[in-house]
Amino acid sequence: MEKVITAKNLTKKFGSFIAVDNINFEVEKGEIFGFLGANGAGKTTAMRMLCGLLLPTSGQATVAGFDVYKQNEQIKKNIGYMSQKFSMYEDLTISENIRFYGGIYGLSNDRIKEKTAQLIKQLHLEGQEKTLVKALPLGWKQKLAFSIAIVHEPAIVFLDEPTGGVDPITRREFWGLIYEASARGITIFVTTHYMDEAEYCNRVSIMVDGRIDALDTPANLMKDYSADSMDEVFLHLARKAVRTGD
Amino acid sequence: MKQFLIFVKKEWLHIWRDRRTLFILIWMPIVQIILYGFALTNEVKNSNIAIFDQSQDQASTTISKEIAASRYFNLVKNVHSDQDIGATFRQGKIRMAVVFPVNFRYDLLHSNHAQIQLIADASDPNTANTLTNYASSIINDYQQSLNQNEQLPYTIKTQVRMLYNPELKGAYSFVPGVMALVLMLVCTMMTSIAIVKEKEMGTMEVILVSPLKPFRIIIAKAVPYLFVSLLNIVSILLLSVYVLDVPIVGSIWLLMTESTLFTITSLSLGILISNSAKTQQTAMFIAMMSLFLPTLLFSGFMFPIENMPLPMQIISNVVPSKWFYIIIKDIMIKGLGFTSVWKETLILVGMTMTLLGISIYKFKIRLA
Repeated sequence: MEKVITAKNLTKKFGSFIAVDNINFEVEKGEIFGFLGANGAGKTTAMRMLCGLLLPTSGQATVAGFDVYKQNEQIKKNIGYMSQKFSMYEDLTISENIRFYGGIYGLSNDRIKEKTAQLIKQLHLEGQEKTLVKALPLGWKQKLAFSIAIVHEPAIVFLDEPTGGVDPITRREFWGLIYEASARGITIFVTTHYMDEAEYCNRVSIMVDGRIDALDTPANLMKDYSADSMDEVFLHLARKAVRTGD
Repeated sequence: MKQFLIFVKKEWLHIWRDRRTLFILIWMPIVQIILYGFALTNEVKNSNIAIFDQSQDQASTTISKEIAASRYFNLVKNVHSDQDIGATFRQGKIRMAVVFPVNFRYDLLHSNHAQIQLIADASDPNTANTLTNYASSIINDYQQSLNQNEQLPYTIKTQVRMLYNPELKGAYSFVPGVMALVLMLVCTMMTSIAIVKEKEMGTMEVILVSPLKPFRIIIAKAVPYLFVSLLNIVSILLLSVYVLDVPIVGSIWLLMTESTLFTITSLSLGILISNSAKTQQTAMFIAMMSLFLPTLLFSGFMFPIENMPLPMQIISNVVPSKWFYIIIKDIMIKGLGFTSVWKETLILVGMTMTLLGISIYKFKIRLA
């Protein structure tokens, strides 16, 4: 399989604080890779290094075959990103948001129109194209933000706790969208601390205090830790944490 | 280019959706110009006066005509007695009366001394003072024209102090000042929150992950505000000419070009502030403190820079509005051309380049 993300001894220090400590992993094309960890474990920092938002202190990493130190610009063209904080413009309408994000990734006008129609249909937002984003319920916003993050069909999409504060039904719908994107060959890199979501992933890594303590398929992890659910696996590992949440 | 235009359009939508702010942005300069225009001026126009000419000779009629023709005065009545003057004042019809004694010209020509009495309604002391000053200066002009051909000077004595009010044209100097102040405030405050807002909203992260170049982001942020500012320049100039009667003596195009340049300088400054600030409040605060006061103090339109201590004179050089104020005064009021303002223009261009350069250099493409 083609490796779309590789990280070797990737480390990030903020002063004397080691946020990410020598992590190693690989993500394959089309995979749904769950990046788990308690608050403050270093998930977001690791993800930001891969997106080019932070420069690593040491170690190597490639994203879509490009080096995170030198080929930042190429990486940017090949990834989508949905941040923890809500990342659409609230004072713009749904179609204006799609247009803006499509536009900054260089999509043609025809393509943007086509994509807009497709997204509206997929998200059942017919007739609401001109609704301001701030008027949408949180669940819809999250689903829309995800769809916009992959509007340019990137090789990889990074999702930083995309389902925070969303009800279980909407979360399930959200994962429906993720599966669809994955089926189209988009690699999904997702951080979460909902353990039921972890079970939806092809493989998960669990970060504790900046290190990756476990990395395997959910089924194997449950077997290794003789647990009935990912929740148990997670608690088993996370209990060792020295750091407290952020 | 297309990415750039899409960004500009997005910025424009932010402004357009926030109607209340847009409304303020467009009306603030107009209100300020009008407020300053009428509050900061001691010019009094079209004041009603009466003339009591007991002499009716060539000299007194000439002076009367001069006064009546002046744009400061409006002759409503020729009175014929002292009692009549008192009555007209009491009716509130006039604010000043001019009284020529009998034998005015005779006294002037034979004894070289003559008197005119100016009676002003001093219930409004400032206006009274201003009116008498205007009248005195008109009389003074007449006296000087008489003296041109004579060796022994004629003097006409007015009963008020013959002091020439240097603020006679005060109204002219504040329009360029207010222009500098308003443009600086509007442009800088508007843009100062533009970038920091995206940082606060979390949208900046997504923009940073996108392939957009910092240079384009910064320019795209400023473009829509440039248009709003141009609208402001036009409204300020229209008000100056048609409401405040401050003429544009020089080239209107040069004036517009220089104003646009200054707008860009202010926008660059706003962008720099926005780039450095962590929150919108900080940005606004910096914009207010670092711009409003220095502009007011150091642009030279309220307090003459020449009278300041040397260190403050030196500080005034880094205030963009000081140079803009000089440029505008030269073009608008003195009617000078580009050859007289190229140095100041160059300084503004240099400031703009420096500010934009620092902004682009300081624009962080990473979070930390």
